[in-house]
Amino acid sequence: MSEIKARAEQSAAKKAALGRDLDLLAFSRQGGAWDYDPDYRSFDPEERRRLLNAGVELTDEEHAGTYLQADARVIHCRASQEGVEVLPITEALAQNPGLTDHLWRLVAVDADKYTAQAELALDNGYFIRTLPGVQVLAPVETCLYIKTDRFAQHVHNVVIVEPGSSLHVITGCTTHPGVRTGLHIGVSEFYVRRGGTLTFTMIHNWAEDVHVRPRTGVLVEAGGRFVSNYILLRPVKTVQMYPTVTLAGEDAVTRLQSIFIAHPESELDVGGRVFLKAPGTRAEVIARSLSLGGRCISRGHLVGEVPEVKAHLECRGLILAPEGYIYAVPELEGQAAGVDMSHEAAVGRIAAEEIEYLMARGLDEDEAVATIVRGFLSVKIEGLPNVLEEELERAIQETGKGL
Amino acid sequence: MELLKVRDLWVSIGDKEVLKGINLDIPAGETHILFGRNGSGKSTLLMTLMGFERYRVERGTIVFRGEDITHLPTFERARRGLGLAFQRPPTIRGVKTGDIFRACSGGRVDYRTLAAAYDFTDFLDREINYGFSGGEIKRSELLQLLVQDPWLVLLDEPESGVDMENLNVVGEIIGKLLQKERRRENREKSGLIITHTGFILDYIDADKGYILNEGRLCCVGHPRELLKDIKKFGYEECARCQR
Repeated sequence: MSEIKARAEQSAAKKAALGRDLDLLAFSRQGGAWDYDPDYRSFDPEERRRLLNAGVELTDEEHAGTYLQADARVIHCRASQEGVEVLPITEALAQNPGLTDHLWRLVAVDADKYTAQAELALDNGYFIRTLPGVQVLAPVETCLYIKTDRFAQHVHNVVIVEPGSSLHVITGCTTHPGVRTGLHIGVSEFYVRRGGTLTFTMIHNWAEDVHVRPRTGVLVEAGGRFVSNYILLRPVKTVQMYPTVTLAGEDAVTRLQSIFIAHPESELDVGGRVFLKAPGTRAEVIARSLSLGGRCISRGHLVGEVPEVKAHLECRGLILAPEGYIYAVPELEGQAAGVDMSHEAAVGRIAAEEIEYLMARGLDEDEAVATIVRGFLSVKIEGLPNVLEEELERAIQETGKGL
Repeated sequence: MELLKVRDLWVSIGDKEVLKGINLDIPAGETHILFGRNGSGKSTLLMTLMGFERYRVERGTIVFRGEDITHLPTFERARRGLGLAFQRPPTIRGVKTGDIFRACSGGRVDYRTLAAAYDFTDFLDREINYGFSGGEIKRSELLQLLVQDPWLVLLDEPESGVDMENLNVVGEIIGKLLQKERRRENREKSGLIITHTGFILDYIDADKGYILNEGRLCCVGHPRELLKDIKKFGYEECARCQR
């Protein structure tokens, strides 16, 4: 047995450091035997609408590549631009066994029982690589889709942006309209090589009783740039994620942005951690959380290990329901003189004077609240497709109604 | 025609009675000035006219353009043509100044051109009132009103916190809001303005002034005369004389 496998075995029952502990036996490992679908014909209109709400457009047009996994099955996978590889991770590893070196380097296999499951009972996942210097203008669209009720999906993704190249990956994670509950375990390891740029946009649109445990590690080399956008607007049971970015080379930059809404009964524990290990590195972590009655924990941890690094953390939360709960945990850790790190955290409700101010300009109360909420959630997201921008806008409008 | 008719207005904030029987008529085209020491109820009167919830009308009526608006919500008053420039407006993070200008315009006014005319274009993309100087806040408030184009302009100390350079711009915008470029008989817009310094009187031909003392209007007269008396004798004497 390999050392990795052995560590996974030992951690198979290990509770995660954060988030509600889940009984893995409550979920099924029997996914559907879905057929490969080269031209997206197997989706009914309701399914299409649901996927669209997670940003999944079900087309190869205007995409540099696409990957769609339903339960454990890869049902669509294609690279449409030269210099971009898109493969199921199992196939990529079969073609190039050397890739195993990229697995479990940025995420510890024995971190908890969820990482262990991704090793011990892997379904699949995507492998995306851009060749050196290749500028990928259109996004690569990936979708991790739970199509069978109670299914526990185990995914391991690897993205490698080779030196000087740039890539935008949009991942939509969602469930079939008939799915009530399920578990998504998603391990992701991203390598941004020297001077490369990776923008990663993840939209979650799960069902009300689904549990989600992403485990993400990112390595950014000198002059590289990693931008992460995370959007969660719809009800979900629990999400616990704490992606970790290591800025390993000089002048590497990262920006982690998240917008999440906790509906009643939702428990969200969302954050981002950045290690600034080289001079000239910069990091920005921006979180906007909104509670409509659910629980939000918004974390951020910046670790400045060497002088001449700059980082800022911004956690802002808005509670719009009496039973809402938001816990902001901003952490700054300077390990050397000459680090420049700051944070801004604020949790509250909409001030009556803000609503009155807008009403004095002719907006009714609903419009005023919607304007304030829209402003609160307005984080500039690069490269978001129009349909998703509209969805974001619609969700925000709905949120503002009747408060 | 009376644009605003206030009759026997009694207003409380919490348990405290602040306005005690205000009677006030502002005809169309006239600008009236409100003087009074701090805490006399001046801002309360403006806020009550605008209909903010905290200001509870215990008795009396507010009639605006022939309609009883005493119990209308704030936004309905704004839509009917009441406009207020706040003395200390809130900062609303994430909400762009341009968004509010757009809301004020209701699609009727080209607010961008108007902002450009007053060198305010760069502010449209900034968060409303966030990091604005005193002068910039006033300019923003007054330009919002210019876009809103109200029949009755309510200004709460428009000159406070404004440096000399911005004072002229502020005065100029107020003059425009109140159609001071027109002959007196052709003006349609009216104003009710709170001032301590009287600076604003250089930019508008104010028609009438009042001193508000302990929640009651007293000492009606020409604003410049009143200001002269206040400077000379203080509010105490003005309150005693009950002209």
